[in-house]
Amino acid sequence: MPRIIVNTEVCKGCELCAAACPRNLIGYEKEKINSKGYHPAVLLDEEKCIGCAMCATMCPDCAIIVER
Amino acid sequence: MAERVLMKGNEALGEAALQAGCRHFFGYPITPQTELAAYMAKRMPKIGGTYLQAESEVAAINMVLGASSAGKRVLTSSSSPGISLKTEGISYIAGSDLPAVIVNVQRGGPGLGGIQPSQADYWQATKATGHGDFQCIVLAPSTVQEMFDLMMDAFDLADLYRTPTMILADGALGQMMEPVEVKERPKRDIPEKTWAANGHQGKRKHNVINSLYMSPYDLERLIKERFARYDVIKEKEQRAELYNMEDADIVIVAYGATSRVAKSAVKEARAKGIKAGIIRPITLWPFPNDAIQQAAKTAKHFLAVEMSMGQMVDDVRLAVNGVKPVSFLGRTGGVIPTPAEVLHEIETIAGGLK
Amino acid sequence: MAIVFEKPHALSDVPLHYCPGCTHGIVHRLVAEVIDELGIEGKTVGIAPVGCSVFAYNYFNCDMIEAPHGRAPAVATGVKRALPENVVFTYQGDGDLAAIGTAETVHAATRGENITVIFINNCIYGMTGGQMAPTSLPGQVTQTTPYGRDVKTAGNPIRVCEMLSTLDGVALAQRVTVDCVKNVNIAKKAIRKAFENQIEGRGYSIVEVLSTCPTNWGMTPNEALQWLRDNMIPYYPLGVYKDVTAEGGSHHE
Repeated sequence: MPRIIVNTEVCKGCELCAAACPRNLIGYEKEKINSKGYHPAVLLDEEKCIGCAMCATMCPDCAIIVER
Repeated sequence: MAERVLMKGNEALGEAALQAGCRHFFGYPITPQTELAAYMAKRMPKIGGTYLQAESEVAAINMVLGASSAGKRVLTSSSSPGISLKTEGISYIAGSDLPAVIVNVQRGGPGLGGIQPSQADYWQATKATGHGDFQCIVLAPSTVQEMFDLMMDAFDLADLYRTPTMILADGALGQMMEPVEVKERPKRDIPEKTWAANGHQGKRKHNVINSLYMSPYDLERLIKERFARYDVIKEKEQRAELYNMEDADIVIVAYGATSRVAKSAVKEARAKGIKAGIIRPITLWPFPNDAIQQAAKTAKHFLAVEMSMGQMVDDVRLAVNGVKPVSFLGRTGGVIPTPAEVLHEIETIAGGLK
Repeated sequence: MAIVFEKPHALSDVPLHYCPGCTHGIVHRLVAEVIDELGIEGKTVGIAPVGCSVFAYNYFNCDMIEAPHGRAPAVATGVKRALPENVVFTYQGDGDLAAIGTAETVHAATRGENITVIFINNCIYGMTGGQMAPTSLPGQVTQTTPYGRDVKTAGNPIRVCEMLSTLDGVALAQRVTVDCVKNVNIAKKAIRKAFENQIEGRGYSIVEVLSTCPTNWGMTPNEALQWLRDNMIPYYPLGVYKDVTAEGGSHHE
């Protein structure tokens, strides 16, 4: 099953990945704050991810690894 | 015996740089260092080297920064107004611990000044060759032979101490012709440039050439390390020529072309029975404090002679440290003091000593 | 299952200091991906500028040099002349490349210096806190144009690719952006070409990347991308302004 792995320590919660996801599958962990003070990105529905890597392509921090 | 060749001072600088293994020259035309650049333009293409006329002195010194970062021996030359433009790059070169050789064939200033010989960039060369806490090694030739020899030394010193090194000449030395002989030189043990940014080839961590440190403590530590190296330079590399100093009462301190004028005056003074001698600094930084302090034990009076309103005289005073009087004689704006003027001053001092 | 997307090797593990959503990070990654794909990390020397990307020397795993402000093309010239077999690139912002370093840029370009230049144009000085850049748009509010850039007093912006494309030494002058996946892919192709040109000895190649500065523009990262589309692209049209390898030479929107 394709999936993304977010490096939550590196993520700055900028939301560019969420805007890039063609299926609107990315949200932000509002309960969680990383050591830099950001809410990191999270894949909301693992079932639906197709591993297209559009989120990772737009990520300025190389915070997303894509497996397919 | 080695062959003696008649050379112009500026050309001797160029030939010596080539013999020191320099294959990269970046410059911008300015009088009176022109012949050096022209010599490099003629020779470099024949030996697989680089001569590049940059768009400005600012660009030229940064090309030097690049070629030095790549681990190569590299030279730039200019004259007073152009050196002002290079000071930005020299500061970065010093802050990045890069070797480089910079020639200043001084002319009159400030501003566009004039094109006649001058020594008015002494402060700039020895105290403030750019912003920040750093020093350049500064070498002051007084003959065409020495233009050649000190240029060879300059590359060794720059590499050995990873610091910018300046040849502080003047228009008179640059333009004059004298015989030059290539001499055997002591071989310096120069470490390999493992720090160079020349591609890691997958064999080492990446090298970074940089002068930026966001932590003041890191920056302070690095500057202190650099100053510890400066202390070694001060200890090992001070150089001065002593002339008639065995019994000198009056000590003239003069460097470069001015020292030649002083020498004529001292000869005449000796003929008149005045015990005058010369300390000629060959290294302006490190300043030859040891030689001056040694002389201050026995000499009665110091006289600094310069083609400026009095710049090196500050260092003479610091070295003498009030132990003996220090006077100054200078001409500026491109005027060279005459032996008669210097002799007159020596005689005046001698009159006071009696 | 295999990893299909991860950080390229030429990019180090040091976390980028850029503000959230700043497109510097995307461009860094594209440069690193190209270095990986061409297998040139071991012989590449990068030149970092002064500005927001001053710390680029920490982010690339190839050898790096930090140049004085605007002087990256001169430093790159020195390196490339000393090491013609190596690959040399500069990474410069708009203040660095098109204001303080204009002379170095124009002359490296006209000499046909065989280097690759990555030019980040975000219409503002980011590092110093949002002052007018040479590329700030007419009317754009910045810290030093608080009433909007008045071209009568503050002058007009510079279109770098258009200007440089007139010079004989230029092999490639292309303007791209990274506002969406499609454009990121175009940007990467341009960057790859700019490196390939150097390897083939074609001369000076510049890729201008229209970028955002969400912090100093006072927008969210996604709003900033929209502002870029609405305001920057009309003033700075995307496209190829010069390409010595192409039939016809140039095409742009």
